[in-house]
Amino acid sequence: MTIKKILAMAASTVLCGAMFAGCGASGSSSSNNEAKKPEASSKADTADNNSSSSGSLIKVGIINNDPNESGYRTANVNDLKATFTKENGFDASFAYSLKNEEQINYAQKFIQDEVDYLLLSAADTAGWDSVLKDAKDAGVRVILFDRTIDADESLYDASIVSDMAKEGEQAVEWLKSQDLKTYDIIHLQGVMGTAAQKGRSGALDATAKELGWNIVTQQTAEWNAEKAQQIVQSAIDANKKFNVIYAENDDMAKGAVAALDRANISHGVDKDVVVIGFDCNKWALEELKKGNWNYDGQCNPFQSSYIKDIIDKLEKGETLSQKTIIMDEKGFDAKTITDADVEQYGI
Amino acid sequence: MKVQTQTAQKSSFLASIVRRQIFIPIAALLILAIFNFIVDPSFFKVTLGHNSEGDPILSGNIISIIDYGSELAILAIGMTLVTAASRGQDISVGAAIAISGSVVLRVLCGTNSRPDTLQAPIIVAFLISCLVAMAFGAFNGTLVSVFKIQPMVATLILFTAGRSIAAWINNNELPVVSDRTFTYFGGYIPGIPIPTPFFIAIACFILTWLALKFTNLGLYVQSVGINEKTSRLNGLNPALIKFVTYVILGLCVAIAGFIKVSRLSTINYSVVAKDIEMDAILAVALGGNSLSGGKFNISASILGAYVIQFLTTTLYKFQVQSDALPAYKAVVVIALVVLSAPIVREKLAALFKKLRSPAKAESKS
Repeated sequence: MTIKKILAMAASTVLCGAMFAGCGASGSSSSNNEAKKPEASSKADTADNNSSSSGSLIKVGIINNDPNESGYRTANVNDLKATFTKENGFDASFAYSLKNEEQINYAQKFIQDEVDYLLLSAADTAGWDSVLKDAKDAGVRVILFDRTIDADESLYDASIVSDMAKEGEQAVEWLKSQDLKTYDIIHLQGVMGTAAQKGRSGALDATAKELGWNIVTQQTAEWNAEKAQQIVQSAIDANKKFNVIYAENDDMAKGAVAALDRANISHGVDKDVVVIGFDCNKWALEELKKGNWNYDGQCNPFQSSYIKDIIDKLEKGETLSQKTIIMDEKGFDAKTITDADVEQYGI
Repeated sequence: MKVQTQTAQKSSFLASIVRRQIFIPIAALLILAIFNFIVDPSFFKVTLGHNSEGDPILSGNIISIIDYGSELAILAIGMTLVTAASRGQDISVGAAIAISGSVVLRVLCGTNSRPDTLQAPIIVAFLISCLVAMAFGAFNGTLVSVFKIQPMVATLILFTAGRSIAAWINNNELPVVSDRTFTYFGGYIPGIPIPTPFFIAIACFILTWLALKFTNLGLYVQSVGINEKTSRLNGLNPALIKFVTYVILGLCVAIAGFIKVSRLSTINYSVVAKDIEMDAILAVALGGNSLSGGKFNISASILGAYVIQFLTTTLYKFQVQSDALPAYKAVVVIALVVLSAPIVREKLAALFKKLRSPAKAESKS
């Protein structure tokens, strides 16, 4: 019994200790941040001296989603890192999180650090009002990229967004221009309700209705290659006639092609089945180059040049003509794609 | 109609059959099969064709089912043992598949994410992935058996972290293997028209069956699951046995992961084997196994896994609207799970005893 009591006491002491340690940890992390700050600025100073460039560096705080989230995000993060360098006149700090609350904490930290610009790709649309008001009061300019938020327009200076509907429309427009004799389409959708799915499905649905294209199968494969393979396999087993595969991302297009290969159905340029994918993964563009696929639509992750333009304009004291800037989205045709395209736009 | 008369002849045995555990997945399979047979008999059509490489392959819905259901069946073996011994489930199998699949590709590709030749023999890559997956299994097993953490909570750690670890293994790149022999394991071996995953699943089943037949593993697992204290008093080491079941599940994960990456010669760690843990647990439940441990029946779980795939393929075949798909699946699953509840089965058995009339019995089953 006494042993049990001692154990219980020991356990509770440990727990209390852990609690204090927890407090200590959060305290120390903030001091860490403070410690980091002068370090960063001292580095900036040395860079300044070396390059002997005129004026001081522009301080930017960049809040993004976790680069491990997807290939898109990795490309996005690398792009930002490549642009906001000391050589280009920026002193950039990065913070990553998939959680909105953590992102808001980072934003508060950046505001305390007195950054000049706060670049934000929000994990969630809600909850940003108060922190953005603080930013405004502190004179921090806010630029949203990739994702918008539910907040008053006056709270941010610019917003750079992808237009998923436009991506879909471009692909459908391309499909229309192919002038196929018949359009029998297998439509593989992404996770239902996501912005990419809605935009890309919407364009196809509208045009199919308008021009009387036959949608043979319309199923969600949830961005998953293997599910896509099963769906296409099932259509083949049921002896369905089709000549177009419209997959809303590259993975699903790959799965669909695997099913076609299994059934010895030819696909690609001037073959029986037209294959359309999205996102412009590097391997997908290589398939395109080989002529195994026909079209790949981009979801542009390279926002940094747009952001830089805006910052340049604001620094010169110009006013922006519009707050919301929609990025160009490219689409690649297997017949015209070049090796340079694969290198430059593959993510 | 034919099936109905068959059932009628069997009706005298039904009462005893209904009590048997394997009745549930078989009944579910029969219901699905009959449904498909009535609505569209061409569902069962199997044709011999050639793939784009010119090798003969069989295709058809049935082939799809035994093909795509195989990973789940392999996982169901491990999940059944874990459930029986530790009275809880491992929810990290999907993430663990992402890890072991990434390891396979990492070993095959080396540091280059798109090599022209394999950097290591396939068997080496497979064995290393087995070791890694078993190590992660051992990690889960230690948390459950030594630290006595609830299995679902213990495996939640890997469930959360697993896909990030998988991303990290390949430096967040998506490697692609171009070697053709690698596709044999998730596709077809040239000349053999039946998909390889099915053979792998059968091999796993036979190995497990032999292990249960010629060792005391099954008995020990059951006794630990039924009553840990008494099994310790009888000289067993419950912690060790629980630990071993998690390591076995790790091995199953490695095999399933290997098939998964072989299917497409690449991996997308964020979606590969998504939600497969829930399907694996469902397979165990459909097999009529109690999710709170104790007695178990591996064959029933494996059949349960194929029932799930049968259901998926059926839903694809009938082109259920995308957004309604989960709802349909849920309805069928609820029906099957309720049917497999011991209380319902007892009632059914009693009912069959009372009503010898075959027609009525059929309508109830």
